[in-house]
Amino acid sequence: MATGVAAWLPFARAAAIGWMPVANCPMPPAPREHSKKQDELIILNVSGRRFQTWRTTLDRYPDTLLGSTEKEFFYNEETKEYFFDRDPDAFRSVLNFYRTGKLHYPRYECISAFDEELAFFGIIPEIIGDCCYEEYKDRKRENAERLMDDQEENKDSKLPNMNFRETMWRAFENPHTSTMALVFYYVTGFFIAVSVITNVVETVPCGSTPNQKDVPCGERYTVAFFCMDTACVMIFTVEYLLRLFAAPSRYRFMRSVMSIIDVVAILPYYIGLVMTNNEDVSGAFVTLRVFRVFRIFKFSRHSQGLRILGYTLKSCASELGFLLFSLTMAIIIFATVMFYAEKGSSSSKFTSIPASFWYTIVTMTTLGYGDMVPKTIAGKIFGSICSLSGVLVIALPVPVIVSNFSRIYHQNQRADKRRAQKVQKARLARIRIAKKGSSNAYLQSKRNGLLNELLDLTGSEEEEQHMNKTSSLLESQHHHLLHCLEKTTAHEFVDEQLFEQNCVEGAQFSRSPSLSSQEGFTGTCCTRRSRKRIPLPNASLSTTHTHTHTQGLQELSAIHIQCGDQPSLSTSSRSSLNMKSSERSRINCRGQQITTAVISLPSPTNFPPDGDGHGPANPIPAPPTINTTTSSNIVKVSAL
Amino acid sequence: MAMQGMELLAMAVVIILFFMILKQFGLWEPLSLDDDSSDSELELAMVRHQPEGLEELQAQTKFTRKELQSLYRGFKNECPSGLVDEETFKTIYSQFFPQGDATTYAHFLFNAFDMDRNGSIRFEDFVIGLSVLLRGSVTEKLRWAFNLYDINKDGCITKEEMLAIMKSIYDMMGRYTSPSVKEDAPFEHVEKFFQKMDRNRDGVVTIEEFIETCQKDENIMSSMQLFENVI
Repeated sequence: MATGVAAWLPFARAAAIGWMPVANCPMPPAPREHSKKQDELIILNVSGRRFQTWRTTLDRYPDTLLGSTEKEFFYNEETKEYFFDRDPDAFRSVLNFYRTGKLHYPRYECISAFDEELAFFGIIPEIIGDCCYEEYKDRKRENAERLMDDQEENKDSKLPNMNFRETMWRAFENPHTSTMALVFYYVTGFFIAVSVITNVVETVPCGSTPNQKDVPCGERYTVAFFCMDTACVMIFTVEYLLRLFAAPSRYRFMRSVMSIIDVVAILPYYIGLVMTNNEDVSGAFVTLRVFRVFRIFKFSRHSQGLRILGYTLKSCASELGFLLFSLTMAIIIFATVMFYAEKGSSSSKFTSIPASFWYTIVTMTTLGYGDMVPKTIAGKIFGSICSLSGVLVIALPVPVIVSNFSRIYHQNQRADKRRAQKVQKARLARIRIAKKGSSNAYLQSKRNGLLNELLDLTGSEEEEQHMNKTSSLLESQHHHLLHCLEKTTAHEFVDEQLFEQNCVEGAQFSRSPSLSSQEGFTGTCCTRRSRKRIPLPNASLSTTHTHTHTQGLQELSAIHIQCGDQPSLSTSSRSSLNMKSSERSRINCRGQQITTAVISLPSPTNFPPDGDGHGPANPIPAPPTINTTTSSNIVKVSAL
Repeated sequence: MAMQGMELLAMAVVIILFFMILKQFGLWEPLSLDDDSSDSELELAMVRHQPEGLEELQAQTKFTRKELQSLYRGFKNECPSGLVDEETFKTIYSQFFPQGDATTYAHFLFNAFDMDRNGSIRFEDFVIGLSVLLRGSVTEKLRWAFNLYDINKDGCITKEEMLAIMKSIYDMMGRYTSPSVKEDAPFEHVEKFFQKMDRNRDGVVTIEEFIETCQKDENIMSSMQLFENVI
C-alpha cells in the first residue's frame, strides 16, 4: 500500500460502519492487536549520521529491508539503534522514500552507487518518481553503453575464427583493427583528395599560348588529366567491388547512402567512356561531370564529424522545414508588396512578382547586392521592414539546429530514445504487477486468515504467533476491512483466473447455482453461498493448496467449501474429492492443543447442518484413511 | 492611383509599428484590465488551512491528546495544505479496494464527512466524524450511518437513495467475485433492507424507524462495536 494510505486505514475502517446496517451477515471479528504500543522513534545510524523516524513510517513498505524484520540483523544492543555501514548521503534518498512515498534520484550521485544502495535496502528502481525517472534512465543507459564500449574494445582484440569475408568487412568498417586496413584507408583517402583536386585544377586557366586565349589546364594537358582520372576511378571501382563482396548483406549495402555516393562518383566516367564525341549529348555529358564532385562526400567515411553533421541535418528536418516554410511565406508576402509599391516608378527593376523574389531573398538574408533597389517611398519603407524581419526569421530557427547538433554530438542517437519508449511500458507493467500483489495478497491471506480465526477459537497460542508473522498488522487490518465488505454484500473476492473458471464451470453444471432459498435453508447469507448441490461430499482438500511457509498447517479450504466457495478450488481437487468415497481425515499430530478434526462426508445426503463457518468443530474419530502420510503436520479442518 | 494607395498603406503600417513600440515601453496601455485577474486566481488555489488548537479539538471530540497528534500527523502528511478535496479523497479511498471501483461510495462518504458542504474536508470535520464513529454511542453511530444513506439530507431514506448507496457498495466488489454479482443483486438487497426497516410501509425509512430497527437487530448492534479500538 502507498504511504499516506497507511495513515488513512483507520479512517477507512471506521467508515466501514456505514456498511453495518445494510449487511445481513454478522461481521468477522477484528484482528487483535497484541501489543498496542504507541508509535515510537527509531534511530538509524548510518555511518555515524543519525536518522530518526517513526516506526510506522518504516512499516509502510514491508517488503524492503527497513520495513521488515531484516533490519533486526543490524540492531545494536548497546546503543539501542540500528547501524548501517553505508553511505549516508544516499541513505537520505532512501529514507525520504519512506516518508513521502516517492523515490528521487539525486543528480550528483553516481548511478551505480545509487543502484547498489537501492539493491541493499531492497527497493526496486522502477519506483523512482516520474520527476527523476528520465534522468535516471538516461544515466543508466550511458553507463551501460560505456560498459559495452569497453567490452567491445576488448572484444576486438581477440578474434575467434572469422572467415575471410568477415575479416575484410571488419577491416573496411574499422580501419584501426589491422595495418592492412589502415593502409587501405589512407590510400583511398589520398586518391579521393587527388581526384577532387584534379577536378578543380582542370578548370584553372593554365598559361596561354600566344595564338589563343587562356585555356584551362584540362584542355591543355588532356592526356595527363585523363590518366589521373582513370587511375582514381580504377581505385574507386576496385574499392566498391571489394566492399560489395565483403558486405554481410549485399542488398542492404547497395541501398546504403555511402554506396550510392560511391556509384554516383564513378558512374560519370564510365558513361563518358561509352558515349564519346557525340555532339548532341555532349551537353549532357558536361552535366555528368558535375557529379564527379560527389567524390568529396566519400570523405565522410573518413570523418566522424561529417557523418554527425549529416545526421544532424537529417534529424533537424522539422526545424529546417519550419525555417524554409517561414522564409517562403515572408518572401512571397514581401515580394508582392514590393512589386505593387514599385509598380508606379519608372524604370523599375521590379517587373513581376517572381522578379521581386530575388530582391526579397537578397534583402532578408542581409546580403544586399544592390542590383535591385526600391525607388519610391513606400517601396523603401517596405524594403526596410523586409530586411528587419529577415534577420528575425532566419535567426530564430538556427540556434535550435545548433543545439541539436551539439546534443547529438555528445549524446546518444534517436534510435535509443525510441527503444526507451518500450522500456517505459515495461516499467509501468512491472509497477502494476508489484501493486497487484496487494490484491492477491488479500486472497492469499484469506486462506491464512481463516486458519487464524479457527486457531483463535481453539485457543492455541503458538500457532497464532506463527501465523501472525506472515502478515503485518496493517495487512491484517486491511484484510479485515475487505472481509467486512464481503460480508456486507454477501459475495467474495476471487482471483481473476478462478472467476473465469467459474464462468466456464457455471455453464457446465446445470444444477449449480442453487441458492439456499430453493432448498429451504433460509437464514443467514452464509448459507446462501454454501449449499451447492454439486456432489462434493468431501470437506477436505488435497494438497493443492498447501502453503509451505505456514509450517505444515494446511489451509482451511474446508471452511471454504462449507461456505460455498467450491469454485475457488481447482478442478483437480474436485475430481479427487468425487473419487474418494470414504473419509479422509487427519488429526493434528502436533499436539494436544488442537482438537479440531476433519469431518468428511461420504455422500451428499450427509450435508452438515447449517451454521456459520466459525462454530466449534466436532471431533469425530476417523476410520482408516486412504492416504496416511502423517510425516508432515497436515491438518485439515472443517467446521460444522 | 496605386502609388497613392501604397503610400497610404505604408504610412498606416508605420503608425501601427510606432504604437506597438510605445506599448512595449509601457507608455500607452490599451485595455489591459483583465490581465490581473488571472494572477489572483492562482493565489486562491494555494490557500491552506490550519486547524484549531489541540485543546479545542480535545473538547469537541472524544480523542486523547496523543491520538489527535498521531491523527493529525497522518492527515497532514497526506494533505499538506490541510484540506482534502473530493478528488484526493476518492483517490485515497480507492486504494483500499483495488479490485473494484470505490469512487461512488467515496463520494457519498465525502458528503457525509463534509458537514458544511464546502467541497473540502478540513481536519476538524475529519476528526469530529471519526470521533462519532469510533467513540460515539451506538445511537450516534446509527445517526451517522443514517446521515450517510440520506443523500439529500431531508431526514428520510427513499428507495432510490438506498439503491444508489447499495450499487456503490457493490461496485467496490469489482468484477471478480464469487458468486458473481448479478444485475439485480443491489435491488434485492434494498428490498430486504426496506422490508426490515420500513415499519409503516410508507416507502421511506425515517430516522426513528431506522434506529429502532437497528437496536432490535443483534447482528447490527454487535458489529457496531467492532471498530472501537481502531485508533
